[in-house]
Amino acid sequence: MTPPPAEVAVAPTARRPAKRVGRLERSAVGGVLVREIINFSSFWRSSAFSSMVEPTIYMLAFGFGLGALVDTVDGYDYVYFVGTGTVATAVLFSSAFPGMFGTFVKREFQHTYDAILAAPVDSEEIVTAEGLWLAARAGTFGCAPLLVALIFGLPPSWGMLTVPLIAFLAGLGWAFWGIGIGAYLKSIDNFSYVISGVLTPLFLVAGTFFPIDQLPDWAQVLAQFNPLYHCVELVRNAAFGFEGWADLVHVSVLVVFAFVVWRLAIIGMTRRLVT
Amino acid sequence: MSAPLAIRLRGITKRYGDITAVDGLDLDVPEGTCVGLLGPNGAGKSTTMKLLTAQAIADSGELEVLGFPLPRESKQARAESGVVPQLDNLDTTLTVAQNLVVFAHLYRVSRRDRPAAVERALELANLVDRRDTRVDKLSGGMRRRLLIARALVHQPRLVLLDEPTVGLDPQVRQELWALISGLRAGGVSILMSTHYIEEAERLCDSVTIMSHGRVVACGAPAALVREHAGSAAVEVYGSPARLAEVEAEANAAGLPTRRTGTSVSVLRIDSGNGSVPDGERRPANLEDVFVLLTGEAIS
Repeated sequence: MTPPPAEVAVAPTARRPAKRVGRLERSAVGGVLVREIINFSSFWRSSAFSSMVEPTIYMLAFGFGLGALVDTVDGYDYVYFVGTGTVATAVLFSSAFPGMFGTFVKREFQHTYDAILAAPVDSEEIVTAEGLWLAARAGTFGCAPLLVALIFGLPPSWGMLTVPLIAFLAGLGWAFWGIGIGAYLKSIDNFSYVISGVLTPLFLVAGTFFPIDQLPDWAQVLAQFNPLYHCVELVRNAAFGFEGWADLVHVSVLVVFAFVVWRLAIIGMTRRLVT
Repeated sequence: MSAPLAIRLRGITKRYGDITAVDGLDLDVPEGTCVGLLGPNGAGKSTTMKLLTAQAIADSGELEVLGFPLPRESKQARAESGVVPQLDNLDTTLTVAQNLVVFAHLYRVSRRDRPAAVERALELANLVDRRDTRVDKLSGGMRRRLLIARALVHQPRLVLLDEPTVGLDPQVRQELWALISGLRAGGVSILMSTHYIEEAERLCDSVTIMSHGRVVACGAPAALVREHAGSAAVEVYGSPARLAEVEAEANAAGLPTRRTGTSVSVLRIDSGNGSVPDGERRPANLEDVFVLLTGEAIS
């Protein structure tokens, strides 16, 4: 072991003119994104596996299991109905769950955010970068069930090219939602309440496996407030034909959802990280 | 104050509910010097460190880091500071070099300078031949060196070290001392919290001793020792009854004492007050001052 060099070069001591630094700087968000991307290179296999294989299994199980009993739904072949619907499932699984668990672990166990906050990065930029990165992953992984459905004969259409964008937008909202939940909950055990009490009902009342007009009125009204339902509808319309104003409403709901949970996640995370 | 200050705290108070973690703290770190923050557990050292990166916001008082008022301009201050945390928060599944690359980005080292910055940090931490080793395969000492290198990747003007050698064996501690002393020789301003007295004595130009969130003494280590503990002490061993007797006699003669485990140290024996008990003579040290001032076993 050789001793370290006795002198360490330092920056000139003359005070540099203060650069104006604002909020949400690109270099700060970019720095956090770089960290995520480099880290992802060490665990992308398991992450891609769970995000894509699970919804695909749902699709095949329901599509062929239930599809043997149900021929068509809303005029679509049931396999294709489920194949388009489970895009939203893949989006949810690849954004909300890593949003909740990933940020909680980084905050409480790995103390990663303490390290990042010592650099010129604020909690607002951490939340934004984490959300953007999870949304990019959701935009990619979300396409897996659709590709499987295409292999099983779903007729391709130009509208399908918008599916990665829809998955990104919906993923952004669900990622911020997950980050917010992770910030507001004190213990990792409490996640069970959210998963069983909130995510599972939302997941089932989204029109993924059966159309919501089969449900009682109150559940149909509730579904209108479920961002996952709007994602399911958008993806289905992208595959089978857009419906104009209705789709604009779906997009607007997803935009508003993403914006509101983004701000809430920032408030929650800042309260946790800055005392 | 003639020298410009890298850190300036005036009347800083920070409360957590009913607990006042930092209570009217004044602290100066002149540029280019190494200042030690000494104090027992719970004295407010870690809270002070968090205040300097705006991870804690003071309830009252003035706080400037590298001339930037905090918390308003803390981002500018953080861009030119490096922080070595007490808890290891490296990315353990990444390699040594990858950890440095990530922080070169976070600290906004320009794309052109990034490879050289990573290289320099590797050399500084003696980790050049470990660059492709995953962090979870490194020894504790190497991890701590990487933690320090990570804080230096952007050549900061100020380095904050929070208990830099806690839990390390003596050999590793020496290595880190050499590294820190090299930094100071290069003109970097350093604030280091520690509860290892020897560390502060060796590395620091001045120390601030904290207790219950307040400053109880401040000055160069040697001056503090002279002022509070004199130049020499006598350690007296014996039965508990004998120790109590020695204490009583010394205190009656106006000499401060402290318990040193199995013995009693009588301080300031050179002051000429009263008779000095028989025992082992030794030079007074900073630990005497520390124990005397922070209240443990004081009589």
